[in-house]
Amino acid sequence: MTIRPLDPVQALERMMLIRAYEETLIDLHGRGRAAGTCTSVGQEAPAVGVVSALTADDLILTNHRSAGHLLARGADPGRMLAEVMGKQDGYCGGKSGSLHISAKELGIVLTSTIVGGELALATGVGLSRTMLNQPGLNKPGIVACFFGDGAATEGRFQESLNLAAVWKLPILYVCENNQWQAFVHRKETMLADGIAGQAAALGVESAVVDGNDPLAVFDAASAAIDGIRRTGKPFLLEAMTYRLRGHFEPDDQGYVDKAELAHWRDRDPILCLRARLEREGRLTADAVAAIEARVRATMEAATAFADASPYPGLDALTTDVYA
Amino acid sequence: MTTMTVNDAISAALAEEMRNDPTVMIFGEGVATKRHDLLAEFGPARVRNTPLAEGIIAGTAAGAAATGLRPVVDLLFAPFLCYAMDEIVNSAGKLRYISGGQFKFPMVVLAMTGAGWGVGAQHNHNVESWFVHSPGLKIVMPSTPADFKGLMKSAIRDDNPVLVFADIALGYSTGEVPEDAEAIPLGKAAVRREGRDVTLVSYAKTVGTCMAAADTLATAGIDAEVIDLRSLKPLDEDAILRSVAKTGRLVVVHEASRLCGVGAEIAALVAEKAFANLRAPVLRLTGPDAPPPASFPLEQAFVPQADAVVAAVRSLVAEPATA
Ligand SMILES: Cc1ncc(C[n+]2csc(CCOP(=O)(O)OP(=O)(O)O)c2C)c(N)n1
Repeated sequence: MTIRPLDPVQALERMMLIRAYEETLIDLHGRGRAAGTCTSVGQEAPAVGVVSALTADDLILTNHRSAGHLLARGADPGRMLAEVMGKQDGYCGGKSGSLHISAKELGIVLTSTIVGGELALATGVGLSRTMLNQPGLNKPGIVACFFGDGAATEGRFQESLNLAAVWKLPILYVCENNQWQAFVHRKETMLADGIAGQAAALGVESAVVDGNDPLAVFDAASAAIDGIRRTGKPFLLEAMTYRLRGHFEPDDQGYVDKAELAHWRDRDPILCLRARLEREGRLTADAVAAIEARVRATMEAATAFADASPYPGLDALTTDVYA
Repeated sequence: MTTMTVNDAISAALAEEMRNDPTVMIFGEGVATKRHDLLAEFGPARVRNTPLAEGIIAGTAAGAAATGLRPVVDLLFAPFLCYAMDEIVNSAGKLRYISGGQFKFPMVVLAMTGAGWGVGAQHNHNVESWFVHSPGLKIVMPSTPADFKGLMKSAIRDDNPVLVFADIALGYSTGEVPEDAEAIPLGKAAVRREGRDVTLVSYAKTVGTCMAAADTLATAGIDAEVIDLRSLKPLDEDAILRSVAKTGRLVVVHEASRLCGVGAEIAALVAEKAFANLRAPVLRLTGPDAPPPASFPLEQAFVPQADAVVAAVRSLVAEPATA
């Protein structure tokens, strides 16, 4: 197998862009400019690690907490912000808002905010990959499906993995186990310490990875994807991570155990990677300052773009209902 | 012309469309077992049995439809659609709109329903109006083998999710089907019998009920026009309004329960757009607000019968029209 290495400094910059995007949204929300949104603060590593391991032909399905997946795939933060603000230049013309942004041009095909919805659609996307993967018809590609530990308590999780196993569908299931399911801790909803253990019973291989280390996620995802390409069989990757902010904005996290939050704040994926690279002499203070400046400029331009974008014309109310 | 049953007409449409388009496929519980002729002709990749999991079957169809296939799924009996409601309503019906038109969902959902087999309320429940009420979906409920074939072909070619409900009682009924049957466009009603005194609007098995009632009425000198809607969405409003403009009287007949049923919509349509044409109140003959029972006499009592249609018309047409 040939795995392209992930440039850790580039990974850091991507993660910092995701964080800055979410912070911009939080700020806009505070000023009444963006409707309630589920941020991915703290979960940047699985997004960057997994998406960097995909190729352009691979397709992605995701959920309500999708900004990281979109930005890791190269989405334009201006069009994302425009979408959240309900503007015409958003990826979905303002009809999605923050919760179900898809960007077909980037291979982000289908995003569902029905928890578990993405799991039910992923098998179909996997099926179309296998059916269309014939000479002359289409390029091969695999499917990456992101979902939370809460989604894994929906029946569709088991239904999806089972069908993918039986039909040999090329799907990388990526569970971002961020310990929380809205306002309920996962320990209240499942006895096992994670969800990967369920895969074996369905005949699906799985692995658990430190979801706050983008390089470890990248390696695990690359190995899994290589296996999927070779065998055509699905794989479940569980990335153990943490939702550092509330379920949505605003949420004071008053229900979160202080010690748990402190423990995971110490493991902030961006701070950890940065410290490690500095320690290893691969990142200077100047380089960090340069990244910060680039990210700031990107978000300023994105905000200006979204601000300038008009609202959709009211005729859009009833367009695109039917094909 | 060939004589064939409704079931055979559906199979014939499937076979022809699968021959015409390599992206058409069918799957469901027992589909490959029961439709062995399709399996023999098109092979196990395009004709598949599935696990017993209606949600993932429908979700797989939606995901596949959005990424290049034209799946047909057989969900067996209409009440089972409840397990697939999210995938049909929230995904297939909404994700085109939510995504700003980036995706289309060319898929067909087949299900049987209706009194006639004595299987009770969890196999027989005419739920068509739920889906009429859901944006993004089209609903077809034909009454003759020729229409099943022609509308099934259109449903498969349509770029939207189409639900095709097959009345259990009609499955083995026979009719003439033209050999080179063309696709019948969705949204076009058929005038089954022309008449001047009253319009009977119906669909599925109660079309036959209306035809029988019209025969009886004719002996009393009352000339009934019978309209078979065939498609419930899109609804052929023109056909209804044209007929009512002529007759001035309307009775809507269907097996589904009355409250918020298709009949309510048609009554409202006529009240809004043809009030001046009406010479009598609009009447609805429907099933009651009760789960369909198994016991044969009760099951039959659930469904509007021809004598009830005759009595309803006679209450509207005091004086038989003179020729
Ligand atoms: C079917 C459904 N039930 C409930 C919700 C409300 N809801 C939105 S996100 C969420 C928590 C999901 O938890 P998880 O899958 O772990 O993802 P996370 O939010 O932690 O990223 C809930 C309950 C929903 N959107 N859909």
